[in-house]
Amino acid sequence: MPGRSRDPLVRALVSALDAKRVQVGDGARRLYSRDASMIRGGQAGVICFPETTEEVSACVVAALAHGRDFVARGAGTGLAGGAVPCDEPVMVVLTRMDRILEVDVPRRLAWVEPGVVNLDLSRHLAGTGLHFAPDPSSQQSCTIGGNVANNSGGPHCLLYGVTSAHVLAVEVVLSDGEVVVLGEEEGDSVGYDLRGAFVGGEGTLGIATRICVRLTEDPPEVATLLLDFMSVGAAAETVSAIIAAGMIPAALEMMDQRVVQAVEPFVNAGYPTDAAAVLIVELDGQPSGVTDEIRRIRELASAHGARSVRVAADEDERERIWKGRKSAFGAIAVIKPDYYLNDTVIPRTKLAEVIERIYEIVEEQDLIVMNVFHAGDGNLHPLLVFDAREEGVMERVLAAGEEIVRVSVAAGGVLSGEHGIGLEKKRFMSLQFSPADLEAQQRLRSAFDPTGRANPAKVLPTGASCGHVTSLGRLPDGAWV
Amino acid sequence: MSAGDARMEDFRSDVGDSGAVCVRGGGTRWGVGGWPDGAREVSAPSGIVTLEPAEMTVMVGAGTVLSDLVGDLAVHGLEVGMEGPVGSTVGGVLMVGRSALRRLRVGTIADVLLQADCVGADGAAFTAGGPTVKNVTGYDLCRLLVGSLGTLALVGRVILRTRPVPARSLWLAGEVEPERVLEATYRPSCMLWDGVRTWVLLEGHGEDVDGTAGDLARLGLTAMEPPVLPPGRGRWTGQLSNGGVLEVGSGVVHQPDDGGLPTVSDGVRRLAGRMRASFDPSGRLNPGRDPYRVAA
Repeated sequence: MPGRSRDPLVRALVSALDAKRVQVGDGARRLYSRDASMIRGGQAGVICFPETTEEVSACVVAALAHGRDFVARGAGTGLAGGAVPCDEPVMVVLTRMDRILEVDVPRRLAWVEPGVVNLDLSRHLAGTGLHFAPDPSSQQSCTIGGNVANNSGGPHCLLYGVTSAHVLAVEVVLSDGEVVVLGEEEGDSVGYDLRGAFVGGEGTLGIATRICVRLTEDPPEVATLLLDFMSVGAAAETVSAIIAAGMIPAALEMMDQRVVQAVEPFVNAGYPTDAAAVLIVELDGQPSGVTDEIRRIRELASAHGARSVRVAADEDERERIWKGRKSAFGAIAVIKPDYYLNDTVIPRTKLAEVIERIYEIVEEQDLIVMNVFHAGDGNLHPLLVFDAREEGVMERVLAAGEEIVRVSVAAGGVLSGEHGIGLEKKRFMSLQFSPADLEAQQRLRSAFDPTGRANPAKVLPTGASCGHVTSLGRLPDGAWV
Repeated sequence: MSAGDARMEDFRSDVGDSGAVCVRGGGTRWGVGGWPDGAREVSAPSGIVTLEPAEMTVMVGAGTVLSDLVGDLAVHGLEVGMEGPVGSTVGGVLMVGRSALRRLRVGTIADVLLQADCVGADGAAFTAGGPTVKNVTGYDLCRLLVGSLGTLALVGRVILRTRPVPARSLWLAGEVEPERVLEATYRPSCMLWDGVRTWVLLEGHGEDVDGTAGDLARLGLTAMEPPVLPPGRGRWTGQLSNGGVLEVGSGVVHQPDDGGLPTVSDGVRRLAGRMRASFDPSGRLNPGRDPYRVAA
């Protein structure tokens, strides 16, 4: 029982919170040692459930006083091991800080606590004509604090931008327990854009305890289009053509045949299961602009060999088209029980050739790949599906994953578009960055966290190693992409 | 090595690794945040290195005059979400860090910079960010650099996000409260209010713009060019000062003289101090300049 623990750290935490909100049992420590990825790190030390900024600060101060690291955690839906503990840290679980503190409709902003679930905020805003634009596929379970930590994306960030564009200000507990507010409710940053620097910090720069988010006007008109193609290359070329023609759809997603065939029986969205690839294109805005873009996209799609262009006739059809996209990963279990999901970005104009290369890489490793991704951003999500019980399969999965990263960077892309670096990709950072580039990033980190106690061993390839980051286990239920 | 790389190497060499140094752009807002007393002035490379319309990005020397870039992009139907005085450079506008008047459409200036090739205080070249619009690889150094007045690193070359130029733009104005104009429009590009009159910039598809203009005509708004904005700036405090024009939704008031400096908490000052010392321990980059000594 934590209340009777002899460990002075546990006693300090119990005194800062209460015995019920400090856990040290084996079950809790195992549970909070994983995120939604297959990455194994170390073990959680003490798990805390603060409910106020002051309590978060107290947890951090206690960790520091007892020479322990601290790791912030939201819903644990991360896919890069960013919240996976390494050296028995104090886990600061923020799910109890889940209040929507203030919604200012005229000024189009809201203050929320970090544990607010992404979709809950938009649901809360129903009827105001506003919504929170970042929409990661995990939005029904991921938290806004986690979105801030990962600078999360989602299909609609093609037009509206990733989380950083929607965070106006953030209250942060720094690694010495000090509380600062970074950013402004309105206007350009005063002095350095420390808010911008903090967002995407993966919990290594401090812990967000209150977040001021920008709210986006609901569009008066929305059209969802389903385009189908007999080759992946033709679909990819259509993506490039749409962007090159000066259109930025609200969302532009691609699913290849394997995904379509896995998903269609579940959602009955009317996806053509004989197509090599489908594109989901969403257009929003004012009616004439949307109508005109539908016409132009029809023409472009037809010129690039689209077999059909279907415009969702009503809300029900629109929802089914999106349901297939967003629940794609639930359907994958029918193919193989395990998967490893990658996340890289490439120049949009290289989509066709890089995807072709990914199919080759996967074939060379005798694996299966499913591609469902944010094509408009060039943000690939190749999903390697396999059965971990097969001998030697892990090595092949890791080899393919590494090669996909290398091919993406060689094509002029980047390591991660929205999942972050965490533990998963820090060993690849030197593929994209020189030692001097990484040193500049370290300077930013050191200024925020001179103690080195905030979620160490993540993001940058320097510093301590952590557990067995290359060992992949079975995926937990309910993982998302 | 491309021509752009050779020019960056010259820039690195000019910056060197010792002595107070600053980059001079167009010098149009040279006094913002203080003067770099006694610092050696260097120039950043200029000119477009690569323009990729299908990627919606452009790589450009930081010393490029912004209006030149705007002209070259316009040929391709593109624009960047940046504005500056006549003669200002891309690097200068980024380092001053003020968002464009049309920020409600084009986004804040922090969202424009994707990648920056820099020279650090130690004289080493480094790259911040990456070439793609979507990127969460490592820390967001680019956002930290925007508005830093060159006190963390000197920027020589950048990749910027471009956007399609709207098909139609129309300014309207009338003696109506801004709230009523906002209710009658969908995502206007800019709104200005001088306490009596509201100006609104509508942009998008021609028929949509005309349709909204029709709705606004019923509120009494008619086509009218925007006002000449006074030279000073202040932060919106809920009260318009005499002669001030509010940029609605952006918190900036254009006024005859600069407003007072914003208050900054001790904690943020300490963090900012650590940041500057971390990047420039010897204080050689733009000494005398302070991003916190800027009204708005």
